[in-house]
Amino acid sequence: MEKVSGETIPKLLLKIAREQGEKVAIREKKRGIWQSYSWSEYLENVRKFALGLASLGLQRGDRLSVIGDNSPQGYWAQVATLCVGGVSVPLYQDAIEKELEYVIEHSGAQFIFAEDQEQVDKILALKEKVPTIETIIYVDPTGLRYYNQPYIKSFFRIQELGLEFEKNHPGYFEKEAEKGRPEDVALISYTSGTTAKPKGVVLTHENLLINAKLLSQVEGYRDSDRFMSYLPMAWIGDFFYSVIMSFQVGFTVNCPEAAWTTWSDTRQIGPTVVLSPPRIWESILTSIQLKMQDAVWIKRRMYKLFIDVAARVSNLQFEHQAIPIWLRTLHALGEVLVYGPLRDYMGMGKILYAYSVGAALGPEIYQYYRSIGVNLKQVYGLTETSAICTFQPDDEVKLNTVGIPVSGVGIKISEGGEVLVKSPGNFHGYYKNPQATAETLIDEWLHTGDSGILDKDGHLKIIDRVQDVSTLANGTTFAPQYIENKLKFSPYIKESVVFGQGMDHVTSMINIEIESVGNWAERKGLGYTSYADLSQKPQVYDLIYDEVRKVNVSLFAEEDLRDAQIRRYLILHKELDPDDAEITRMRKLRRGFIAQKYSDLIEGLYSDGDGVYLETKVTYEGGRTKNIKALLKICDVDSYTVGDDEKAASLKAKGNEHTRTQ
Amino acid sequence: MSMNVDRDHILVEVEDIHITFGGLKALNGICMNINKGEILATIGPNGAGKTTLINAINGVCHPNPGRIVFEGKDLTNMRPHHVASLGIARTFQNVALFKGMSVLDNITMGRHSKIKSGFFSQGLYWGLGQKMEIEHREAVEIVIEWLEIQNIRETPTGALPYGLQKKVELGRALAAEPKLLLLDEPMAGMSLEEKEDIARFILDAREEFGTTICLIEHDMGVVMDVSNRIVVLEFGEKIAEGTPEEIRNNQRVINAYLGTDGH
Repeated sequence: MEKVSGETIPKLLLKIAREQGEKVAIREKKRGIWQSYSWSEYLENVRKFALGLASLGLQRGDRLSVIGDNSPQGYWAQVATLCVGGVSVPLYQDAIEKELEYVIEHSGAQFIFAEDQEQVDKILALKEKVPTIETIIYVDPTGLRYYNQPYIKSFFRIQELGLEFEKNHPGYFEKEAEKGRPEDVALISYTSGTTAKPKGVVLTHENLLINAKLLSQVEGYRDSDRFMSYLPMAWIGDFFYSVIMSFQVGFTVNCPEAAWTTWSDTRQIGPTVVLSPPRIWESILTSIQLKMQDAVWIKRRMYKLFIDVAARVSNLQFEHQAIPIWLRTLHALGEVLVYGPLRDYMGMGKILYAYSVGAALGPEIYQYYRSIGVNLKQVYGLTETSAICTFQPDDEVKLNTVGIPVSGVGIKISEGGEVLVKSPGNFHGYYKNPQATAETLIDEWLHTGDSGILDKDGHLKIIDRVQDVSTLANGTTFAPQYIENKLKFSPYIKESVVFGQGMDHVTSMINIEIESVGNWAERKGLGYTSYADLSQKPQVYDLIYDEVRKVNVSLFAEEDLRDAQIRRYLILHKELDPDDAEITRMRKLRRGFIAQKYSDLIEGLYSDGDGVYLETKVTYEGGRTKNIKALLKICDVDSYTVGDDEKAASLKAKGNEHTRTQ
Repeated sequence: MSMNVDRDHILVEVEDIHITFGGLKALNGICMNINKGEILATIGPNGAGKTTLINAINGVCHPNPGRIVFEGKDLTNMRPHHVASLGIARTFQNVALFKGMSVLDNITMGRHSKIKSGFFSQGLYWGLGQKMEIEHREAVEIVIEWLEIQNIRETPTGALPYGLQKKVELGRALAAEPKLLLLDEPMAGMSLEEKEDIARFILDAREEFGTTICLIEHDMGVVMDVSNRIVVLEFGEKIAEGTPEEIRNNQRVINAYLGTDGH
């Protein structure tokens, strides 16, 4: 097994700054112009800030938290902390006070980098309750001119302090950077936690570096690659690429101007490497489908024709079959007319490596991207394994797997069907939680909590979380996530939760996609006042009925899932939201919590009634809460069976009638 | 009428102005002050003369008789562009943007009165023209960043939804770095969320740029929340003036809005 001998993240930075100091390391769009910083400027900024932290008393092992949108300063602050022996504890920028309080208190972070007024206000509100907070550091001074607390300092002021500090302590930075050992803790990454309170995953320099090194070699990244860094800095995937991989390979990291300009900024940069959780891939696809609905008929026809061609070609490719010449010709034409422009529109015109990570991506969505020529690959990794531990090599892409282990990583399946990982990237335990560590890390094998299988080619296939794999009363086993992903392929469905454990049949709770359904309603001349109102329109129920029906047809086609067709569904009157703790910040369902919170609805889904009265609590970002009352309709769906095609039409009519009468 | 001895606090003095359109008395002897750094709301039923008041300050129509003084200068018979160059900017009740031009260009228009270079140096992008262009672009970008509309920088304003057009108009007014900002129903026709958004920008504008603001608004919730002082007009006359609390409890205002038994 390869070792990263004596290497640490700071040493890697020093090395890359020496080797390619003039090359662009990081860009950020600011006031409409891309501002670039070279590797030597990167190092200089890190150095000044690190010295500034030292002048404020940061000792080896002390912790700094960053909270804010992706920015060079956010990364510099983290790397600077590591350079003087500190530990970075990144936070999710949209986290509410209660979550922040837990993480900051638990990690004991003394220094908080809070990008702007919004974040500074959140931290200030906590300062009374969490006395360990010593210094708050901001970048954007807008709105902060009347904040005169001495412990609130600007990023640039700290860099000035660093320069003064250096006069009395020459060589301090270099000495501290040299002192670091690979086994030192670099990062405490708090997992979004689908089950309970967030847990702090302790990762060392070695953990993070070794996987990056191995993966960069097999994938062959080059220093000319461009990475778009727009996902939360608190997410391990972002740190892994924006910091570790960038230092390893020397490629350029690009930060968008603001969250709402990400798409147009991405188009300007034309990234070659993109890493996103399934949610992003789903939403890009939805927006394309939405645009196509509004397009003129000729474009719609062309899109449909060539997307069908692409799907057929891609099917044949996955099955390793020959592609007939006429299909090949059409496909080549499609490349010019549709696929190329489409990739360009998505900002993926230059993509060499696109990854989906963090949860299972629906095979339909996955195949869509591959069919139009985006080299999308599924990878598997957890915070606990320092990001990626399996990947699909370019010539071994399979529809339903997350690929083979990165070299040096061992994967096996336990008797209970759980995926176990043994990797040099495996974490050193949960911070201040030995019990959870002992349950997860047994004899160096990480118990992932994911249920999966290894296929004959050694590819790992993830089914769902172990505790989520469900069995119906008649013995049919199904992965709720699999069905949910099928539903989410519809442009009208944003989120869904599928139930059925121990029950007679499968039911689902659905969140509509307000943009596409709103657009649809507009075209139909259907008036509505709010999300809640639109979601409960009988016409919308009809619309979703058709989508659920499509999923049932596709479930019918899979022999072992025939009985897992959705028999009843309801549309939720509010979106599932991380602020209400229904989904995590990376948009994974927190099933246990949902089942508890909406137990009345689930009961309704498994009764004969056609509606449920519900009162729910909604939390606003500021932490205020409000109760929303609603009467939710429940709709039956007929399952699809053999010889059902001619019946389908009448069934649908019946379904429409059914919803209309409610 | 309040007799304020310390005149340093006063930005605008409106002295007994009368404006008539044909036989209609739109404003009939209005006296009021706008103090430096305050947010003053003007409210009143439809046709009370609120927009006419703003038009008079802005130079669109001229009072006769009556006088309007801004920082010691008599505005009474000044043309609107002259008024603008003194540091008074406004937005309109019905959005008045150049629909075919981008957001960036529209907001840059707000700096028109500050552009000093000539036609040729601008056309050639040379010398002072270049220097000015960069300077003004930066000022515009600060406004764009502040209003959080970076994503529509290049979009023609005609293609934008109404709420965003209103925001762009606010941006154009702010780009002039005005001392006094006149907002004519900045939240009309907006959803609750958009209103809250604009209200925050109004409060921030005063805090961040020190701008004095005079706004017309119908949404009482917003008016009570954001303004320091309120002037109430009815049929061209001022019927009340005071803090939100005082106005809330003023019987004449309640009558004007809700009607009295006698009517």
